[in-house]
Amino acid sequence: MKQVKYDVIVVGAGPAGSLAAIHAAKGGAKTLLLEKDRDIGYPVRCAEGVSHIGLTNYVALDPRWIRSTIKDAILIAPDSTQVPVATNNEMGYIIDRRIFDYDLAMLAAKEGVEVQTKAYVYDLLKAENGAVTGVKLDYMGKKLEIASKIVIGADGVESRVGRWAGLHTAVKIKDMESCAQFTVAGINVDPGKILFYFGESWAPGGYLWVFPKGNNLANIGLGVNGERTGLGCALDLLSKFLKNHYPEASILTTVAGGVPVAKTLKRITTDGLLLVGDAARTVNPISGGGIATGMLSGKLAGEIAAEAIEKGDFSNSYLENYSKKWSKAQGKNHERLYRVKEVIFRLTDEELNSLAAKVINIPVSERTLLRIFKTLFMNRPALMKDILLAIAGL
Amino acid sequence: MIQIDDNRCDLCGACVGICPADAIAMSELKLRIDPDTCINCDLCVIVCPFNALEAEHEASKV
Repeated sequence: MKQVKYDVIVVGAGPAGSLAAIHAAKGGAKTLLLEKDRDIGYPVRCAEGVSHIGLTNYVALDPRWIRSTIKDAILIAPDSTQVPVATNNEMGYIIDRRIFDYDLAMLAAKEGVEVQTKAYVYDLLKAENGAVTGVKLDYMGKKLEIASKIVIGADGVESRVGRWAGLHTAVKIKDMESCAQFTVAGINVDPGKILFYFGESWAPGGYLWVFPKGNNLANIGLGVNGERTGLGCALDLLSKFLKNHYPEASILTTVAGGVPVAKTLKRITTDGLLLVGDAARTVNPISGGGIATGMLSGKLAGEIAAEAIEKGDFSNSYLENYSKKWSKAQGKNHERLYRVKEVIFRLTDEELNSLAAKVINIPVSERTLLRIFKTLFMNRPALMKDILLAIAGL
Repeated sequence: MIQIDDNRCDLCGACVGICPADAIAMSELKLRIDPDTCINCDLCVIVCPFNALEAEHEASKV
């Protein structure tokens, strides 16, 4: 890091941070991208699933990222009823985040962004009026202060950048999924099929996933709702599942994670600061997927930051344009998905089993996610409207 | 006081995200809880995917 003033400093080099940096630099801003870990893209705290549209909206697809192409999705009820879902060729992928995140940071570097790893930001610089004017960081045991006109917080679920700037970012316990994941080898899984298990015994208030990665590898993980961890921590539940379902598995990776299945923060900007991705709580509250929406929020924030630099206005009143753009592009859908999430992850095992028994009678070619939601919300028109609008908007 | 088992902690940050008091940091690749800022709400203990945190304060001994 050269000890000069930057236009924009992005804290965190995940997909949201890299997209923010790319678009800030594209707009002409002198940009620094900081990552706390020694390596970009590692460790991977992610199930690595993303839809084709969600990925390619923001970046040109590189086949090296793709570990498997998803053709089928199966929902599994607490009583083990398997419900295949018609996917209407809406393809998705299981990607390799080690390569993907690295490449996005490389794309940022190509746009002229300066990238730095092992840079742990521990506080913000602020002007007398409270406006954010840079970061304080620890780099290899040295304390540094770097000034900037704008800081973009892309520091994930554990984000503290927003807190230091006075924003209320703490996640509510009911809006946090406590997750554990193994990447396992040597199991017999269909590389084109993703599995979702629902119910109390597998993942109370969340779900368990089996996402194949080719070569008999898979990400197998689960999320337990913060209010429902009483039956055992995520790791114990996952170990139990693996022992029962894939006793032959070798475990290549073990990771923990917190997924904020929350509403996007009421405020994602303040003077000199924007928050993106998991830090802004942009994760899809139903799926827990954060790659696509994180990249979207990063792109929008980067663009607005560059515009603000050009205009010389870093005040909250200008940066709020990012918040407005987010709301229009995804925020409203996010609210609808959140309302639906509040209902579906509270369904009892009996209710889930009864839903599975009903929808299994729908011919498989017509058994879309929308049809399943319609069956579930038959007598709940407000939620039906939410899901119709959300699916149309996705 | 919250006790951290560093052998179990995976530095995932779930506890940092949930902490209402901003008492938890992950500096120098180690989880740290500031006992003066901590309000003993135990949310971090509840949310830890690996059971790496344990509450050791009066309220929990009742």
